[in-house]
Amino acid sequence: MNRRGVAGRRGEGIRSDAYIAVELRDGGGIELAVKSRVDFIYGDSIRALVFAGLSFFGIQNAWVEVEDSGAMPFVLMARLETAVRRALGKDYKDVAEWLPEPGPSFALPSVRERWRRSRLYLPGNEPKFMLNARIHEPDGVILDLEDSVPPEDKDAALVLVRNALIAVDFAACERMVRINPLPRGREELEPLIRAGVNVVVVPKCEDDAEIKKLAAEVVAIEKRVGVRHQVWLMPIIETAAGVFRAYEIARSSERIAALTYGLEDYIADIGAQKTRDGWEALWLRSVVVNAARSAGVQPIDTVYADVADLEGLKFSCLQAKALGFEGKGCIHPRQVRVVNEAFTPDDEEIAHAMEIVKADMAARAKGKSVAVIGSKMIDPPVVRRARRTLELAVALGRLSPDWNKEG
Amino acid sequence: MNLVTNALGRMVPTEINGRPAVPFPGVDRFRPSGCKAAPRIPTVLDYPRDGNKVVKDLKTALELAGVRNGMTISTHHHFRDGDTLALQLFDICAEMGLRDLVWFPSAAFPCHAPLIKHLDSGVIHHIEGSLNGPLGDYCTSGRMRGLGVLRSHGARAMAVQDGEVHIDIAVLAAPSADCFGNANAVNGNAACGVLGYALADAMYADRVIVVTNNLVPFPCIPIEISGSYVDYVVVQDSIGDPKKIVSGTTEITRSPDRLYIAELVARFIRDAGIMRNGFSFQAGAGGISLAFAVYLAQMMKEAGVKAGWVHGGTTKFLVRMLEEGLTDALVDGQAFDLDAVRSIAVNRSHIGTAPLISYNHHSKGNFINLMDVVVLGATEVDLNFNANVVTHSDGRLLHGIGGWQNCLYAKCVILAMPAVRDRIPVIVDEVTTLCGPGEMIDVVVTELGIAINPRRQDLIEAVKGKSLPLKSLEEMKAEVERLGGKPKRPERTSRVVAAVKWVDGTVLDSVFQIPEKQ
Repeated sequence: MNRRGVAGRRGEGIRSDAYIAVELRDGGGIELAVKSRVDFIYGDSIRALVFAGLSFFGIQNAWVEVEDSGAMPFVLMARLETAVRRALGKDYKDVAEWLPEPGPSFALPSVRERWRRSRLYLPGNEPKFMLNARIHEPDGVILDLEDSVPPEDKDAALVLVRNALIAVDFAACERMVRINPLPRGREELEPLIRAGVNVVVVPKCEDDAEIKKLAAEVVAIEKRVGVRHQVWLMPIIETAAGVFRAYEIARSSERIAALTYGLEDYIADIGAQKTRDGWEALWLRSVVVNAARSAGVQPIDTVYADVADLEGLKFSCLQAKALGFEGKGCIHPRQVRVVNEAFTPDDEEIAHAMEIVKADMAARAKGKSVAVIGSKMIDPPVVRRARRTLELAVALGRLSPDWNKEG
Repeated sequence: MNLVTNALGRMVPTEINGRPAVPFPGVDRFRPSGCKAAPRIPTVLDYPRDGNKVVKDLKTALELAGVRNGMTISTHHHFRDGDTLALQLFDICAEMGLRDLVWFPSAAFPCHAPLIKHLDSGVIHHIEGSLNGPLGDYCTSGRMRGLGVLRSHGARAMAVQDGEVHIDIAVLAAPSADCFGNANAVNGNAACGVLGYALADAMYADRVIVVTNNLVPFPCIPIEISGSYVDYVVVQDSIGDPKKIVSGTTEITRSPDRLYIAELVARFIRDAGIMRNGFSFQAGAGGISLAFAVYLAQMMKEAGVKAGWVHGGTTKFLVRMLEEGLTDALVDGQAFDLDAVRSIAVNRSHIGTAPLISYNHHSKGNFINLMDVVVLGATEVDLNFNANVVTHSDGRLLHGIGGWQNCLYAKCVILAMPAVRDRIPVIVDEVTTLCGPGEMIDVVVTELGIAINPRRQDLIEAVKGKSLPLKSLEEMKAEVERLGGKPKRPERTSRVVAAVKWVDGTVLDSVFQIPEKQ
């Protein structure tokens, strides 16, 4: 047994987080020292929370130090839980979960076909970016347990992300979590599914059998914990080996809703160099689009790394859209609007799609199998694409659902 | 101390530093009478025949001005956090063995923290002016002898004009001056743009000392402070740090959440129809209220709309609007950065103003009444839109009032701030200190949405059908408290340490001593 566990951060520049140290003792009851920026209004509440938590975990003798930088209660709870787990030296599954009150977006379901133009990455161990992520209106938030979390904080991030999924209002954003590569990622599934995650993002996918197994586990956990909505998977292709199995991975389970890729790992893997026009990724991107489309899942582009270069981001989005992608990852809130706009059909696209769909309906009404606009024949795939554009426009409020009835 | 309840139910003193004070009787209820104060009549016979008022140094000037114990000495704050003159001034006073002086600055900044030693030693009796940072803590911990008096820029100029505050000696830093005392702020290495905050002091003080590091041949062009008010001119190497004229509150925020709020503000102004040809607005200091102007400028460009005039605190963003033809004029109370300083020197449509002119309540009208919309910050707002801008939720003095109260007389007043700052909620049951009556505050914008005061049915009507996220303050408060919990009421003592004046000079609220931390 460790006897001493520490979680969270303190010091200059730390906001919305709390440092909590728990030292187990053999006697003497609970000794608590609290230092907080918000002591004058929340000091009593912080003390009450710590006592409630210690009692929940059955700890009667301990010295506890809290240094709080304005952490919300769900963060304080997560930090205390992690500190206690670490002090006890026990694995996640061996300690009871101490869960916050569910917020308004807890366990909202998500459908497989929903729009995923933008997903905003949020480092899994950094509370301050989680609180207002929704106001920037990404289609999804993606709480990250993988690359943004150092190895020594993986356990802390899992507890924090779980609490955030439950307590934070993410409004209409789809709630995604990027788990760690398997096998660690497998251990993270159950707490996340209990906490109502919509999409599990699986990094470094190379093996469709692994994904199939993971999907089966997801289904089993759903049943076991009684989750009412379905949890979706989004595999990330980020190695040369993964690219060659992209098709099998994409169709390995009906729980897969989208397929994406990670560029940095891939470039390192194949020994390529980054270019402004993205030549090094062209084949990878095309494979991902084709694999996804052939499996009937959404192809989603990777992130754009330079957060200051919004013009470059726009170019990258238009390139992705031209290749067939339906969305893109964001690593800063300011990127969300550019991405959303790029992947939203504009007036011209909508008008064009309406013309095609109307011509198609008119042709059907007359018993013809192929529609004609002017002297141009409209092939069935063109009609399909036009219908998809209009569905998107309706879903995004850019077009009335009754557009066809308005003359 | 005798405390009474004023018209808004706040406990206020009836006497402040030995003078009777009028409790706030309600907005626009106080009607002063009598005549304005008048400075003594000087005679040219007492001034040098050759017009040269330069004396050896500041100490000599103070001696010649007859400085003695208990006097009120004023300075201006156009150098913001780069001011060094006030520190030098009181060091000299200490050296001269003076006691019980009253410092009457137009605002104080963190750079003035070293004055605490002169408060402790008794050289300074108390400060009448904004108290923040270490000086704010000094006051709210109950260590200052007299009562702090917090006035808006307008109320300060007015207090000088109506005689509530008699300035014995004004010590005015001037980036350029001639030997006669004519001064301006557009030339020299300490150029700060305008000297509007010093206008009332120059006109009404018994003695006026101009201190410059840039003596120019007569006449000092342009003349902003006339030498006809000036007794002595002091020339010294340095009067302040020009680099610090741009203080933290004048930089645009980089926080995505705050930028979101700024954009919501701009959208509201556009969608409510306030943004139209010839309209006017004021952008305050502070991240969000500066940033909204950048978004608004973009929307004006898109809609082909041009403003009639913009009131500053001026920054490079407003200067750009003027130079790109997005506004016909800039009316400038203070320069927040060096672009503003440059602009006022070269742009004819960029003019200086003074609180005595723009904000003075004992006047024949105010510029601010012509203003279509202002965007301000606040530390707290209650469900009736009453707002606090001077104290933190724990009761510590945090900001000066600045022009904040004066701006509440604009046609539309918008408060923009995050609804939560590190778990601390902004929307509260009761504000710690009342600085602005809710009846004068029309809109509150936070990251959670836009709340329109129910008194402004016209604004509610104007934005109907627009895609703005409208919410009530009650809804925002509930949202914040759901995640963060309901705050406890912070402790404070019943001892008054400072009084908050309303724009007409009546007493709006008190600041109470906060208990020592255990």
